[in-house]
Amino acid sequence: MDHAGAMPLLPEVREAMLPYLNEIFGNPQSLHAWGDGAREAVEEAREKVASLIGGSAEEIIFTASGTEANNLAIKGLARARADKGKHIVISAIEHFSVMNSARTLQKEGFEVTLVPVDGYGVIDPDEVSRNIRNDTVLVSIMHANGEVGTIEPIVEIAKRLPKDGPIFHTDAVASTGNIPVDVKTMGVQALSLAGNQFYGPKGSAALWLKRGVRMLPLMDGGIQEGGRRPGTEDVPAIAGLGKAAELAQKNLPERMQRLTQLRDLLINGVLSGVEHSMLTGHPVQRLPAYASFCLNFIEGEAILMLLNSHGIAAASGSACTSRALKASHVLLAMRISHEVAQGSMLFSLGLDNNEDDVNYVLEKLPQVVDRLRQMSPLYSKYMKEQRG
Amino acid sequence: MPVYSEKVMQHFMNPHNVGEIPDADGVGEIGNPVCGDMMTFYIKVKDNKLEDVKYKTFGCGAAIAVSSMVSDMVKGKTLEEALTVTPSMVAKELEGLPKNKFHCSNLGAQDLRKAIMNYAIKNKIDIPGLTDKEEPEEEEEHACET
Ligand code: FES
Repeated sequence: MDHAGAMPLLPEVREAMLPYLNEIFGNPQSLHAWGDGAREAVEEAREKVASLIGGSAEEIIFTASGTEANNLAIKGLARARADKGKHIVISAIEHFSVMNSARTLQKEGFEVTLVPVDGYGVIDPDEVSRNIRNDTVLVSIMHANGEVGTIEPIVEIAKRLPKDGPIFHTDAVASTGNIPVDVKTMGVQALSLAGNQFYGPKGSAALWLKRGVRMLPLMDGGIQEGGRRPGTEDVPAIAGLGKAAELAQKNLPERMQRLTQLRDLLINGVLSGVEHSMLTGHPVQRLPAYASFCLNFIEGEAILMLLNSHGIAAASGSACTSRALKASHVLLAMRISHEVAQGSMLFSLGLDNNEDDVNYVLEKLPQVVDRLRQMSPLYSKYMKEQRG
Repeated sequence: MPVYSEKVMQHFMNPHNVGEIPDADGVGEIGNPVCGDMMTFYIKVKDNKLEDVKYKTFGCGAAIAVSSMVSDMVKGKTLEEALTVTPSMVAKELEGLPKNKFHCSNLGAQDLRKAIMNYAIKNKIDIPGLTDKEEPEEEEEHACET
């Protein structure tokens, strides 16, 4: 149940990719028959991705990851406006690709304002607009958070931005293909998405950039993707992304309903079956597949290891789990204490999960938690205090 | 490739000597400066020997395996012998630890030392090797600052 970490390819997606790994190996830029087939595949995928998010095909720029799309958007859009102003606004819970792109811009003389979130991880649209200045050239707020699943009020934020003011970009990597995403109604000018978050291949992603919006490329090269993202196209990945987009668009309501049901079963089961547990993120405005918690008195990596021994995969934002030994900046921004953040857990459900899987987790998790609490000095302290 | 050695996994899955000693002769409580975790060691001393060693740990898989290994390594030993246990010895017995988890092995050895210190202070005794070796032998890995 770590689908946010990695998702299996849908069989149809794999099928759609295979011809481009085999007989149709041409370069889309070549003017011969082999190139024709590859070019068709890329353009067809472009149509499908555009259709999934309500944009038009020529506004899609394929990239190799959501991280790359975010880097391209943040740096490329800000740098193209450096003469107009050097201030950008992002939220405190953005993905590292946005956070660290902003940090790079800081070194180039940009000022960065971080907008805080509330205890559910929700950004206040008024707080965003309050931070807009005359020299603000870019606002980037994620559509949904990939750690706690909270969906942000993008439309409300867009409404409050001054007309002809900053460019509004949203990192929709966690949301695209999982909830409705429509650039026409959202009011954004740029949006990042990644195929591996909706059963497409890893290495398939895109930036949607509204027609006419100026952006500098990160790499110098040829004319691919209109010169904004040069480099020979990864045709199999793009074909897979196209297929995944087509399937996501077709099956979205049904997928959402199924996953929401499983998610709520899991959330209710954990909250009632594990004492001293709390849901992280917004209870309703959340991604259908995301069930995230903090389980007090114990640490996430130990929980993951014991769950793994029962064949259950999950993720955690604890300091010990991270390579850098830092608690998740998302949880800290939600004013969850270091100690409680240590017990953070994320279950991200997928189409291959069913009710039995959820029930299995609900059977094993309380045992795992109990076992670790039995050896936790924090828990025994707490119990002694309770007894007086 | 698995992150942890088989030995670490054995101790993590079946930690030895977990628990508290209500009438302990010495107690050491320590917080991990790197990740904010906690360990408490309890010792029972008889004839200058660690008759019993127990602990509770709030921390990662490595921290749990480390506390289990430390308890195994020092149980039944004299206090002086117990004080010679260093974080790197613990890591070695565990067949190695990932680089960013060395600080968890410091935690175990340091906390046992604290428990012995607590015993020595309570009983007003001097234990060779206690005062002169107060600092952990390895520099703390400040991975959080990278
Ligand atoms: S106790 Fe936190 S990393 Fe080991």
